Amino acid sequence: MDSALAVHRLHFAFTVTYHYLFPQLTMGLALLIVILKTIALKTGDQRYHQCARFWVKIFAINFAMGVVTGIPMEFQFGTNWARFSRASGGVIGQTLAMEGVFSFFLESTFLGLLVYGEKRLSPRQHWLAAFMVFLGSWLSGFFIIATDAWMQHPVGYKLGAGDDILLDSFWGLILNPWTLWQYLHNMIAAVVTGSFVMTSVGAYYLLAGRFQEHARIFLRTGVVAGTIAVLAMLFPTGDGQGRMIAEHQPVTLAAMEGQFETESGAPIALVGQPDTDRLQLDNPLLVPRALSFLTYRRWEAEVKGLKDFPRDQWPDNIPLLYYSYHIMVGLGTLLIALALACSWFLWRGRLYGNKTLLWALMLALPFPYIATTAGWMTAELGRQPWLIYGLMRTSAGDSARVSAGNGLFTLIGFMGLYMVLGILFLFLIHREIDHGPEVQETGGAR
Amino acid sequence: MIEILWFCLVAIMIAGYVILDGFDLGAGVVHLFVARTEKERQQVLASIGPVWDGNEVWLLAGGGTLYFAFPALYAAAFSGFYLALMMVLWLLILRGISIELRSHIESRLWKPFWDRVFGASSALLALLYGVALGNVVRGVPLDASGYFFLPLWTNFLPNAQAGAVDWYTLLIGLAALIALAAHGCYWVVLKTTGELQARTRAFGSKAWLGVAVFTAIITVASFQLQSNIAKEYSDRRWGYVFPLLALAGLIGMRVASGRRRDLGAFLCSCVYLAGMLTSAAFGVFPYVLPSNAAPENGLTVTNSAAASYGLYVGLWWWIPGMLLAAVYSVFVYRHFSGKVE
Repeated sequence: MDSALAVHRLHFAFTVTYHYLFPQLTMGLALLIVILKTIALKTGDQRYHQCARFWVKIFAINFAMGVVTGIPMEFQFGTNWARFSRASGGVIGQTLAMEGVFSFFLESTFLGLLVYGEKRLSPRQHWLAAFMVFLGSWLSGFFIIATDAWMQHPVGYKLGAGDDILLDSFWGLILNPWTLWQYLHNMIAAVVTGSFVMTSVGAYYLLAGRFQEHARIFLRTGVVAGTIAVLAMLFPTGDGQGRMIAEHQPVTLAAMEGQFETESGAPIALVGQPDTDRLQLDNPLLVPRALSFLTYRRWEAEVKGLKDFPRDQWPDNIPLLYYSYHIMVGLGTLLIALALACSWFLWRGRLYGNKTLLWALMLALPFPYIATTAGWMTAELGRQPWLIYGLMRTSAGDSARVSAGNGLFTLIGFMGLYMVLGILFLFLIHREIDHGPEVQETGGAR
Repeated sequence: MIEILWFCLVAIMIAGYVILDGFDLGAGVVHLFVARTEKERQQVLASIGPVWDGNEVWLLAGGGTLYFAFPALYAAAFSGFYLALMMVLWLLILRGISIELRSHIESRLWKPFWDRVFGASSALLALLYGVALGNVVRGVPLDASGYFFLPLWTNFLPNAQAGAVDWYTLLIGLAALIALAAHGCYWVVLKTTGELQARTRAFGSKAWLGVAVFTAIITVASFQLQSNIAKEYSDRRWGYVFPLLALAGLIGMRVASGRRRDLGAFLCSCVYLAGMLTSAAFGVFPYVLPSNAAPENGLTVTNSAAASYGLYVGLWWWIPGMLLAAVYSVFVYRHFSGKVE
């Protein structure tokens, strides 16, 4: 691999991974804030207003981080991936420009009203502001997923002169079947992150003996939403996404699963280390025939192994792809178990006194973030060696005139700047959590 | 033809960005000078607080529209101005967090620190935007493949070996800095009262003199440097409407501000900025990024545009989308209209 290419890949990988720590929370929280405000409106219960206000503050800090780290993403298509942008801009420029036009204006307008406008607006208008922020952020997610889905599974295009890829069908681009599953899987993952952050803060408050009434609302809302969401991650969205990969990127599926041999009745590997020198999975722990069944709904179905694909079609970092996928699935399973246990205890009315579960919920905070990041790594590493699957190789898409030295200069710059941002972010979030919901404002906010 | 329509639409978005984010950048440039007390600084920030983020969206939406309508231009310019653009990104990040984080902590260290970051990043951004415009007018060393790469600076001479910063582009940068400072002053005057308003008004008058002087200098320098400008204006004389618009705005700023017509002065400043930008775009046309190494390699409206099917389809969502965005903007500006407290 040419070193400038490696720098450009790392540049995008680093900045997008960091960026997505924030939108995954804000998109999930946006929905939960709408739910809290809806309950507050229906019941007139002030505590729900106070909870919503608290989460709006957390939301606003995360949203600001998402905005400032998001602007570099749009720029980097041009700065670091010029040949890709030039060839495909006529297609995915559509979805990226639509994101700006349809969701960024919406979000920025109504976020101001959500954060600063509660005293000026009626409760219904303020609910509408929250709903519009939710709508804007979920629209934004749609356009980004539609863009990525086109890179995973290009449709609605035709080839023009030179390298140009021309848009052939606008609705083909928007209604890409890949988009549907990826969008649902990704947005529900955002709800998982939002829910588990909410339960984590609630569990912390209960264990620390602070803001107990609000903590119970956090736990109740988060556990119910989180359980529904985490189950939907597995089925139908995870299953749908997996079968898309099996159908359109079979070599990716083989690499994700560490499946080197073609076999009927293929097992699924729970653990194991892919050895790409000897082409085998070391120390495997296997569930017989599970992969065949999960992929094709038949226990004896044949799954094609890596050995039967040409080497130049293999993803270029199979071990990392394999581990990303297994970390996602492993943490997802853990979160399902935790959510089900908490739901059971919540239903029996014993969750708030169960210290073990509260500790587990509090400490589970990083897991949805790690699982989501690993999921995105699976998608993007799995697409390799293609930048646009089957159409453009990653090595053909970077900016040919931007040297490794210039790329590394700005990558190091971003690393330093993002470290400072991260410290400031943690500091401010800690202050908000320490400060807690505004209890004293009961009834007097308006 | 559709390419020219999209050229106009992208130009409108860039002008919209410069006018809207321009006043909050300008407010950032001048606030350390005109606002002396904590209360006054809060007033300046409150005047832009609810709108600056929405103003910045024009940059994102404009960038997205450029990417979709003129992918070859987007690819060439963004990779060619690599280092300068990355600095723009860092400054946008620093500026955004300085506005958002400032109010979180009451401390004699915290607030003044972020005020300085806000002032410095606003000023550098205004300067860099001007430098970028200067580069577009001067031209860049595009090769036959349609790409180039500019170091930040070389020998500071505006020739084919120039970097992003030379004396000409720096001149445009300073002109942009002072024009946006004046623009920001008119906004702050419009939104405030009392001593702060009086001080800003006085600062704005001085800035206006600078704007007038720089306008004359950069006009002469640009005609000298970019031969396409004189040719384009003599070929299509109706194009003089753009410089005349800028001139009218410039005079109007002075007259309205002298008569305490604060809204009028601000609007005239908008007209001036729009006039200057469209004058430059018209002068460079049909190029969108001329080549100063070999003119035939320059990127034009036609050779950098996306295919026509996409451009026609784009109109179907772009027009309603931007009308919606305009409705939101009007709503927000009306909601937060009047003087800040």
